[in-house]
Amino acid sequence: MTRFIVPAAVFIALAGVLYVGVVHSPNKSTMQSALLGKTVPAFNLPVLGSPGMNLTNTQLAGRPWVLNVWGTWCVACREEHEQLLAISKQNALPLVGLNWKDEDDAAMDWLKQLGNPYSVVAVDRDGRAAINFGVYGAPETFFIDADGRVQYRHVGPMTPEVWEREFLSRIPRGALP
Amino acid sequence: MKSRAGLPALLGALLLAVSAVAVAVDVEPLPTPELQQRFDELTHEFRCMQCQNQSIADSAVGLAADLRRDVREQVIAGKTDDEIRESMVARYGNVILFRPPFEKSTAWVWVLPVLLLLVGVYVAFRVVRQRAGMVAGDDSVVDQDEIKS
Amino acid sequence: MIPELGHFALILALVLSGAQAFFGIFGAARNDARWQAVVRPAVAGQFVLVSTSIGALVYAFVSFDFSVLYVASNSNSALPTFYRVAALWGAHEGSLLLWAWILASWTLAVAIASRNLPPSFASRVMGVLGLVSFGFLLFTVATSNPFERIIPAPADGRDLNPVLQDPALAIHPPMLYFGYVGFAVAFAFACAAMLEGKLDQVWARWTRPWTTIAWAFLSVGIALGSWWAYYELGWGGYWFWDPVENASFMPWLVGTALIHSLAATEKRGVFKSWTLLLAILAFSLSLLGTFLVRSGVLTSVHSFAADPTRGLFILGFLVIVVGGALALYAWRAPMLKSPAGFEPTAREAFLLYNNILLVAAAALVFVGTLAPLIADATGMAPISVGSPYYDVMFPLPMLPLFVLVSVGIHASWKRGQLGNSRRRIFAGLAIATLLGLTMVYVAYGPGKWLTPFGVVIGIWIIVSSLFDPIDRLRRRLTLSRAIIGMTVAHIGLGVCVLAISTVESYTMERDAAIAPGETLAFGRYAYRFDSIGEIEGPNYDGLRAEVTVLRDGAPVAVLHPERRNYWVQRSTLTEAGIASRWNTDMFVAVREHLGGNRWSVRVQMRPLIDWVWLAAGLMALGGVLAATDRRYRSQAAKEAVTAPGSAAAT
Repeated sequence: MTRFIVPAAVFIALAGVLYVGVVHSPNKSTMQSALLGKTVPAFNLPVLGSPGMNLTNTQLAGRPWVLNVWGTWCVACREEHEQLLAISKQNALPLVGLNWKDEDDAAMDWLKQLGNPYSVVAVDRDGRAAINFGVYGAPETFFIDADGRVQYRHVGPMTPEVWEREFLSRIPRGALP
Repeated sequence: MKSRAGLPALLGALLLAVSAVAVAVDVEPLPTPELQQRFDELTHEFRCMQCQNQSIADSAVGLAADLRRDVREQVIAGKTDDEIRESMVARYGNVILFRPPFEKSTAWVWVLPVLLLLVGVYVAFRVVRQRAGMVAGDDSVVDQDEIKS
Repeated sequence: MIPELGHFALILALVLSGAQAFFGIFGAARNDARWQAVVRPAVAGQFVLVSTSIGALVYAFVSFDFSVLYVASNSNSALPTFYRVAALWGAHEGSLLLWAWILASWTLAVAIASRNLPPSFASRVMGVLGLVSFGFLLFTVATSNPFERIIPAPADGRDLNPVLQDPALAIHPPMLYFGYVGFAVAFAFACAAMLEGKLDQVWARWTRPWTTIAWAFLSVGIALGSWWAYYELGWGGYWFWDPVENASFMPWLVGTALIHSLAATEKRGVFKSWTLLLAILAFSLSLLGTFLVRSGVLTSVHSFAADPTRGLFILGFLVIVVGGALALYAWRAPMLKSPAGFEPTAREAFLLYNNILLVAAAALVFVGTLAPLIADATGMAPISVGSPYYDVMFPLPMLPLFVLVSVGIHASWKRGQLGNSRRRIFAGLAIATLLGLTMVYVAYGPGKWLTPFGVVIGIWIIVSSLFDPIDRLRRRLTLSRAIIGMTVAHIGLGVCVLAISTVESYTMERDAAIAPGETLAFGRYAYRFDSIGEIEGPNYDGLRAEVTVLRDGAPVAVLHPERRNYWVQRSTLTEAGIASRWNTDMFVAVREHLGGNRWSVRVQMRPLIDWVWLAAGLMALGGVLAATDRRYRSQAAKEAVTAPGSAAAT
């Protein structure tokens, strides 16, 4: 009997793991941010369309805000753009754009043509800021709380469900404008 | 029912992700051969997070170039290998390392195969001892010359 | 019309496989000759039907029938004929059909070759194969129909993935599948033995050639994949411990253990239950490989599209097949004790050590490959595993294994008597050490700390393998194919160890920015970037560079790396420029345009790298030689129809 128990036990454990793996797999392509709970990385970046002006993380401290990483070259960003416009109309949270590895002219044209959901757009021309956020593909959207800590990251186009479930829910009561 | 091989998706992702900025910077050699070697080794240790199983050394994707530049700057700035690894893990998590760290939460992946090997050695030992004891009682004649395989 | 015919044939094949399974297994259980008589015709019928089906799909490809969704997704009007056929297995649905066809082919071969086996046993074998066929055909018909139409038909197809438009990669999947699926035969033999309640040395003799040939195919398939990756993927690597590579490597490791275990079972009747377990394990790993590639649970450069439904189906099939086999094993294993004894230095003992180490290696690859999945499923910290892990861990079981090969090859059955071989062992070691250290310290120069060990051990295996055959020749004894095969395969192993040690220690690699006219120096060698110009192919355009390799200033080779833009899928691929010499490869790949006339290139010198694939070829050749040994073929006349008893050495 013992000769059977070991292979059987291994087999059952394995089947279980694989089953969980398959069931989870649609969600698996996105990884949890390593920054969760940590202070937002410092940045000091030029503002799109306002030469001479810079945006720093300290300017955003004191209230929760959202960072959306995007680029005109990114097809999925185009997909989520409508959703971002709808979100910005809610006025629930400041939406800060991070224009990632893009061209200023192209970015401004894009926003002019499609609409601008962002309160302000920081330009990360060479990608240094984005990698500090652990960005690995656009679009990515971060929730940063009033203490300046990253609380959530969503990878992929924003959807109403995710916005409600993960972002709106993290706004503390009374912080809504 | 759509079916795509994974590779077109990967290549598609490459097209999406490749930036217009040339990757000129990091193919210039580092100031000294020692730094160059450290750079080469380190960049083989870090996973390209956009690709499916390549290191940042091997990947042509823009993100890999950015990460290589980051490693390059840290190497030139005098950071140690461990500091550089930590900085990567701090931003991307353990999954960026191809070599899992030997910490409490990840040590199992190193220990388990060794344990299994030791179990195997133990089993071999037991079986061989048992069989050696059976030699005396085994009077079968074994023809060695026929097919020694 | 033709695609519908193909679809219909597939459905009929499904039904027929069900009949094959039912009548095969229950016909034997009931000892009903009439039921058993249905089985071989069912096998033949299934083969014809699946062939018809796959023929229909080939026809659809060759005739540019873009109304078939699979053809539209994987082909194009500009695709050359050869690749239109190879496109069949370019994606999930078609490759499943290929799996089913290869299984039908193996089953047909078994049906023909098993006419001299006891009927009830043969029925069971074909019955079990029928069950596996049924599962795969059901999966195909239910979830992955390659004949689905797309209406309206697009004007042109989306083209075959350019990465697959390559001769080596065209043959790689069929070779692999012939290997994977071949282990189903060993599995079927094992299940049949368990169903019969009888497992003896004769059973081992029947099972061995099938297993060995499957193993040989798998060796070739893996080697082709590795070779292709080397010249196609532009990074110059040949093994990446990618999950799908590992998925084929694990059955290979276990398959190697299995062919050795079968040797002991055939010769001495030992390790019966262990051999059964290995047969089940080898095939389970083949099925697991199929699962991993198609279910999306692991990311890999290779995976087919992720689809959880498909993943669940294969997982369910895996559970049923393996669970069923293990249940049989639990039922029958207690009856399998043998009275044979052997000493710790006996040949049987060395085969046992071989098995333990190979299975430990397979377990290692398994843990590494599935680690991210296991961590995720059990809520542990996320983890990722790549080459650096395997580079440290893999030598742990393998180096002792390689050393034991050189010693154990001299051991006699039952009593070992290694004392008689002491001179051979030490002479072999001395020669290997002399040659190896000369190579390392005189010819090449210091490498890594492990280098001299790897090189010496590799040479030692080659030298050790030669003692017995040379001795036999000197004593004017006949060299059976089995011995020649074993010798060739072991030499292949030695060459492999030597080659891998060399290439891993002495590869020179550089990524650099270069413009036409410039030269990159590499020790005695220099790579001169002469020119770069435009080219056009049947379904691509691109650039082709000319790079002259100089040694000590004199030209020794001209390389033509390319960058191809495939029009339809709009992807860019790098074709490396490689010149192979007997002792090294000169490699250059153009990676990126850096602006102006500067290019980013990767340049490598890869000593002995071709020997790695040559070694795989030797191993496969050795396997085929051993499997076609006369004693397997001449048994037809001598075999009694009822299974003979166990004891005496054949």
